[in-house]
Amino acid sequence: MLGRESNGALLAVENLTKHFVVRRGALGWSTGVVRAVDAVSFDIPAGSTLGLVGESGCGKTTTSKLILALETPTAGSIRFEGREVSALDREGRRAYRRAVQAVFQDPYASLDPRMRVGAVIAEPLVINADLDAAGRRRRVAELLDVVGLPERAATLYPHEFSGGQRQRIAIARALALSPRLVVLDEPVSALDVSIRAQILNLLVELQQRLGVSYLFIAHDLAAVAHMSRTIAVMYLGKIVEIGDADAIALEPKHPYTKALFAAALPIDLDRPREEITLSGEVPSPLAPPTGCRFHPRCPFAMPHCATEEPALRPESGRLVACHLY
Amino acid sequence: MSSVIDVRDLRTHIVTRWGTIKAVDGVSFALGEAETLGLVGESGSGKSMTCLSLVRLVPRPAARIVGGEVRLDGEDLLAKSDAEMQQIRGRKVAMILQDPMSSLNPVFSIGMQMREPLAMYHRLRGAAVTARAAELLAAVRIPSPETRLRAFPHQLSGGMRQRVVGAMAIAGPPRLLIADEPTTSLDLTIQAQYLGLLKELQQRHRFAMIFVTHNLGIVARTCDRVAVMYAGRIVEIGPVRRIFTEPAHPYTRALLESIPRFGARRERLAAIAGQPPDLASLGAGCAFAPRCPAAFERCATAPSETAIAPGHATRCWLHARA
Repeated sequence: MLGRESNGALLAVENLTKHFVVRRGALGWSTGVVRAVDAVSFDIPAGSTLGLVGESGCGKTTTSKLILALETPTAGSIRFEGREVSALDREGRRAYRRAVQAVFQDPYASLDPRMRVGAVIAEPLVINADLDAAGRRRRVAELLDVVGLPERAATLYPHEFSGGQRQRIAIARALALSPRLVVLDEPVSALDVSIRAQILNLLVELQQRLGVSYLFIAHDLAAVAHMSRTIAVMYLGKIVEIGDADAIALEPKHPYTKALFAAALPIDLDRPREEITLSGEVPSPLAPPTGCRFHPRCPFAMPHCATEEPALRPESGRLVACHLY
Repeated sequence: MSSVIDVRDLRTHIVTRWGTIKAVDGVSFALGEAETLGLVGESGSGKSMTCLSLVRLVPRPAARIVGGEVRLDGEDLLAKSDAEMQQIRGRKVAMILQDPMSSLNPVFSIGMQMREPLAMYHRLRGAAVTARAAELLAAVRIPSPETRLRAFPHQLSGGMRQRVVGAMAIAGPPRLLIADEPTTSLDLTIQAQYLGLLKELQQRHRFAMIFVTHNLGIVARTCDRVAVMYAGRIVEIGPVRRIFTEPAHPYTRALLESIPRFGARRERLAAIAGQPPDLASLGAGCAFAPRCPAAFERCATAPSETAIAPGHATRCWLHARA
């Protein structure tokens, strides 16, 4: 499955672009433009997971903010259930915000320490659902059960829970309005190793039960490969490789993807993966390199990589933006 | 081979309102020249406390080293005076911590911060100090080191800052380098660079290295041996290959199985049930028993260490000889 088949997708992102104008000094004159997200396209089918990977500054968080309607795109389109999100009216936007929810990395920061867990989970219901207090209580109990917490958790405060349990609370809150898509931004990175598998299993189970779609953002590549049907690899605002998760995890094609995956735990210690260690650091997104943005760090760079920007082209069942193919 | 560092039955306790916590509870291991030990475990398992105990930097007065031996090249560090210990920390044992900003002072230039220990521990003066500082920066592959000496920490990227910390660490050169999650705050491709650099520095200076991490992928790539810690104890120690292919302790096995791996697509991960233990209310038995699928009656008493192969030992009744 490639990333661009837009028929029947729950979320279809096309040429999504976000530029931030950098202003400096007392007069606030523009001193440059950061192309945080640059013509990114992908689909998320209903009940499926897209994994988004890349280093800090690659644009994955901006992409998620655009999808959560926390930022307005500079160009491009986001279509949700076939309808253009930017063209939605007031009521349509409200419905969209109900249908797209998020779970963030740090469950110590995302839960209000002064609110009881029941109130935390019920808050979206107060604003968005037509339920009375008793109805909300029933829904909260139901949600706690769904994420594997006892009903009495509703009466406790967030500090009375461990990291893994807090993340369950954050998931329950995200599910309160029966969303169609949940953005999971590093949902297990802050958790202990032995707890991560519990939360990943819970997320898979919820997807099977509720048919919800996920946009899974993480830097733990093995976790992304485990959770996702499709993986998109971003570098400096661009998707450099997108396609079937197993295909990319087992046989990455883009040199950057190869370098990323070389660092992960091998399946078999006797068959080490192809090792690529990159030189240099990620260039400033204020002044991205010409041609292929990856060429200054690429061990296989050719002369025309510095001048011609490669397009995403089909290669072994996925799309790769690289002159090697 | 004689060991660079030999730790025997190290015990560090922390006194809290809720009682005494045995943060390090009888930890023993030895490391030779140019050898790397991976110290793996969850938060609160005692990895960092073990490292701090080795250099006697446990947070006093709450925490106290209450027993054991730490021998560096045969000398017992626990018997040294504070002044002697400071000399040892400056020259023979170096540390790299997770966040480079916790090791660097934001208000002094890189050069100032590098010159101070060089003057103090190596008795260098004048131009020789600056030359040595630049040389150290070049050794950790920082481009144009002379210019960088005038830079302040905030002007460098995270990867560069961690390189500066690395440059300070190898000034000794140390006999033992303790790296506590040195790459956790770095981006993936920068992590790979930094790990390569550490290995290269180790080849050159032949220091022993203790590498604290919770990332088993990094352990597989950089360590010779692994010690798995749980609730203040090493529950299993052995060569990397053996630990990864024939883990003996149920906790090690569960940890390895709970991690997603490429190419082994499974519907569900084998999650470890329950929560990490509360160290303030540990019973007398094996600390992992409440979460262990193989627990039986004997687990109510704590198992001692059993050798199951050369260099491979575990604390588990399943492997104890009758």
